[in-house]
Amino acid sequence: MKLSTNFVKDYVDIDVDVNTLAEDMTRVGNEYDEAGKLLNASKLIIGEVVECKMHPDSDHLHVCKVNVRSEVLNIVCGAPNVREGLKVIVALDGAVLPGITVKAGGVIEKDDKPRVIKRGMVRGQESNGMLCSMLELGLEHKYADEVDKTGIHELPADAPVGEDPIAYMQMDDAVIDFDLTANRGDLLSILGMAYEIGAIYDKKVKDIDLTHGENSEDINNSFKVEVGTDNCSIFLAREVKNIKIGESPAFIKNRLIASGIRPINNVVDISNYVMLETGQPLHFYDADTLKGKIEVRMAEEGEKLFTLDGKERTLSAEDIVISDGERAIGLAGVMGGLDTEITDNTKNVIIEAAIFDGVKIRKTSQKILRSEASSRFEKGLDPNRTYMAMERASKMLEEYARGEVVGGIAKYDTSDLANREIEISFQKINDVLGMDIAKKDVLDVFRRLAFEVMVNGKKSDFTEAEKDLEKVETIVVSVPRRRGDISIKEDLIEEVGRIYGVDNIVGRLPEMPMKAGSYDKVTRGIRNKMVDLGLNETLSYVLVGEKEAKYFTKDDTELVRLLDPMTEERNTLRHSILPSLLKIYEYNKARSNKDVSVFEIGKAFYKQGEKYGETNKIAALMAGDFYLGVDNKKQVDFYIIKGIVEELLDYLGYSGRYSFVVKEDKMPDEVHPGQSALISVNNDMVGLIGRVHPSLEKDAVYVMEINLDKLLDKKVGKMKYKEISKFPSVKKDLAVVVDKEITSNEIATLIKKAAGSSLAKIDVFDVYTGKGIDENKKSIAYSLTFEKNDRTLTDEEVNDAVAKVIDTLEKKLGAELRK
Amino acid sequence: MQEQISKIREVAVEEINKAMNAKELDEARVKYLGKKGELTAILRGMGSLSPEERPIIGSKVNEVRDELETIIKSREEEFAKQELERKLKEETIDITLPSTKVKRGSKHPLNRIIEEVEDLFVSMGYDVVSGPELETDEYCFERLNLPKGHPARDMQDSFYITSEYLLRTQTSAVQARTMMDNTEKTPIRVICPGKTYRRDDDATHSHQFSQVEGLVVDKNISLADLKGTLEVFVRKMLGENLELRFRPSYFPFTEPSYEVDVSCFKCGGKGCNLCKQTAWIEVLGSGIVHPNVLKMGGYDPEVYSGFAFGTGLDRLAMFKYGITDIRLLYQNDVRFLNQFDRLDR
Repeated sequence: MKLSTNFVKDYVDIDVDVNTLAEDMTRVGNEYDEAGKLLNASKLIIGEVVECKMHPDSDHLHVCKVNVRSEVLNIVCGAPNVREGLKVIVALDGAVLPGITVKAGGVIEKDDKPRVIKRGMVRGQESNGMLCSMLELGLEHKYADEVDKTGIHELPADAPVGEDPIAYMQMDDAVIDFDLTANRGDLLSILGMAYEIGAIYDKKVKDIDLTHGENSEDINNSFKVEVGTDNCSIFLAREVKNIKIGESPAFIKNRLIASGIRPINNVVDISNYVMLETGQPLHFYDADTLKGKIEVRMAEEGEKLFTLDGKERTLSAEDIVISDGERAIGLAGVMGGLDTEITDNTKNVIIEAAIFDGVKIRKTSQKILRSEASSRFEKGLDPNRTYMAMERASKMLEEYARGEVVGGIAKYDTSDLANREIEISFQKINDVLGMDIAKKDVLDVFRRLAFEVMVNGKKSDFTEAEKDLEKVETIVVSVPRRRGDISIKEDLIEEVGRIYGVDNIVGRLPEMPMKAGSYDKVTRGIRNKMVDLGLNETLSYVLVGEKEAKYFTKDDTELVRLLDPMTEERNTLRHSILPSLLKIYEYNKARSNKDVSVFEIGKAFYKQGEKYGETNKIAALMAGDFYLGVDNKKQVDFYIIKGIVEELLDYLGYSGRYSFVVKEDKMPDEVHPGQSALISVNNDMVGLIGRVHPSLEKDAVYVMEINLDKLLDKKVGKMKYKEISKFPSVKKDLAVVVDKEITSNEIATLIKKAAGSSLAKIDVFDVYTGKGIDENKKSIAYSLTFEKNDRTLTDEEVNDAVAKVIDTLEKKLGAELRK
Repeated sequence: MQEQISKIREVAVEEINKAMNAKELDEARVKYLGKKGELTAILRGMGSLSPEERPIIGSKVNEVRDELETIIKSREEEFAKQELERKLKEETIDITLPSTKVKRGSKHPLNRIIEEVEDLFVSMGYDVVSGPELETDEYCFERLNLPKGHPARDMQDSFYITSEYLLRTQTSAVQARTMMDNTEKTPIRVICPGKTYRRDDDATHSHQFSQVEGLVVDKNISLADLKGTLEVFVRKMLGENLELRFRPSYFPFTEPSYEVDVSCFKCGGKGCNLCKQTAWIEVLGSGIVHPNVLKMGGYDPEVYSGFAFGTGLDRLAMFKYGITDIRLLYQNDVRFLNQFDRLDR
């Protein structure tokens, strides 16, 4: 909401500069984006061109003599419309203007820096200032007339030479562009602003002038209002006859411009002016295009209407329409119809002042156009203002369009006009604010806000002394209808806090029982472990493209798509963190960061049937070098990321309960079929590990992902000390030659089975293929550790066990002992 | 005979001293003291001597042998020392070569901030809770006093999945869940850090960002409690001695509502580009829990009151680490991530 300070000064007597006002409004909760003069230009003066000759060295410049009363200045001017006898705006030497220049042919150049006018020579001719267009003074392009868009501004012939042109044009206004909170619909009006400002500076709001004449006719004899929907609570209509369409007076035009609305003609401007003043949107119809009747109803599905922007609209049953009994003539609260709008030939006007349901208006306006009017309906209106706006518009049409107000109002009104009464105790106010505000000061806040207060059942005149209030515990506050945001005690407490101020509250900590706080230690532990293992934690977007959303998953869940995405690249929620990590890899690779070892803990999403769900996951991606040092450099391979997974699972207490299994039909398409596995814990598949499929990423990039919800569901016992054997252990090394396809895991499983309970540990220490070994065979060497907790093992026992192992491997795998 | 012994001694000493290495020394030892050595030969030939001469010659030979052995031993030691020195020298390495290690990992700066906030509030007895990111309209809006069609829904342009499901626009959604989940209706002291989503993307807004929400519900909770708590929070995160300013505002789920400004930690209140010359920086939204929200959460607003606050963690991380573009937080350039790899004391 752009507030014209000149406009609000009609209703509240203040004398503060615009920046102070903006800051003071901020302190009571009304933030602003910008505050400053409407036209931000200095050292301007009204002049008269007394001589105008072509510049000797130019085909478009003029050399002018301009009388500014104290002297006659030589000024070179390039505007095509400069001529002898013209009254002009002169920027004197040293004037500071906004950085806008109007060039030949109406080309506008903008610069962020202010433009300083200096005396100088223009192609050999002395120039002591500049003749200005309104655009060069900072008037927005949309408000400028055609003359100003291509040339200099032309002041009326009676403009007083030597005076300040901005004051003369009544444009010495200052504007604050407020960024209002959604609850303060009341501040979308000059009157609402006046009450707010009045409360801050303790000033009374002046009455609005609603007086106008009425002729002897009665509108109700010739005009009917019918409302057939609950979505309209009040509908008032008045007729003003014989209006004269013309230009508005300067103050109306300038206040509209300051408020961000383009002036059109006196009648249209009045509807906007009154809306700004009262907050109540109005609509004016050309009375002669109506059929003596206005009907408010819901649109029929598919009903058509030409709105005044010339477009044909197809309506739905959710739209409120105005009809003349035969056809729709307007979209209530959003946009009027083309057929009934005010034209230059309009003689008689029907004024509509009504309140429509905010939610319905919001929906319709989102489809058609969000306007000054629709935003006011959305935020709620005061029906008292509906009457006020009707009378104010009648008064202004009478005064500024020479209209004749027809007697009576055609009306439909089911609204509640009464104030809302709220009982509140002084104690409650102080309890909530944690302050100790005197009762008298509380009353004073309501007085400043112009709220009535009942003390001891009597209307207070706010002269009670503190001691008279001693026994008073509660008061009843009567909240004017204009403050639709106030409906409960807490809202009143906020008002006290706002106007009295809360800067003096002394902070304290809540008095609550001592207890230990808690947090998710497991996730934090996982994060710490992964960092310790040398990986960088990332944080990526959960929104990805539809194509990659299901990468690295293989299940029957469905995509989770956004209804209204910002871009196609981010239109779907990821099912796995890995597509995000793959993007991170690509991002880094493009910047020559080739060693990427990253992990992320986050959510993945899915849809199953009609159900939506999310899963906590951890994922890692590794590529390039991981070990550092001259002789230690090694490219990441499957076994390095497998080690990371094992470290993590061991750390979480799953030692001995997990395995890596290959199930070809369960592997997602995005992993290398020969270098990937599922991660199984307690024989339940909790994750995935492997190399990214070369068709997706040709670099050797390895990934892993674990469903943390599934994993952490598997209980882990408390950490307990296990006795260390007092008896010596015996180590035996064993190398066997087996078929290449046989996995280490198969061999180890057989060894464990054959060796029996005395086998404490089994390690692979060498894998060999090549010279001395058949082409389709491999040699694999194990170190076996035998140990008993209760006695020393004999050589015989150990040798026996080893012999069994060898025998089993020979029989089951056709293994050969390597000598 | 004695002369011969003296001669052997003289030559032997010379030869031993001349030996250049352990091998030559050993050759000399064998030559004179070995089984077939010259001195040994004299002892062997003693049978031909007269009984008077024998002891004299015997002791003379032994004397010379002892002497030679001593010299040989000392020379041996000399050689051993030389050998050790040579070996040590040979084993000398360039200690300035790089060490052997795995890469150093790092925590994402946003999670560092989250952990710091969590630790602070846990130390004050708060529980850290979480809630779904794919939230229902009911919890994200309706239970926070934002019925459908409420104009304040405009404040948060949302990513809807269906008319009922959306990506949460605010961690406040967890407020309602926390109150509902507390079936005993005991006092509540929680914070909820987490990801939030809005349709917005530029240098200062990311469509995905992080917030932390705080909620306290008990009897007699006031704005003063809120102020005291936020003072602890802000001063711990951004600097001691900072002042707070409560500016009235509007959030549908609190009443009264306040935006909280902190005195500018960059310029100390003199005015700078960070605080846009105002000396204050807006850091938090907060307020007293709206009675409707308490009611919907099963707490009687006549008995209980509470405060709630929320702040953007991305901005907090940016302030703390001097990051100027929010996109850096989500690009995950390893050169960026690697900078957050140490203890921040």
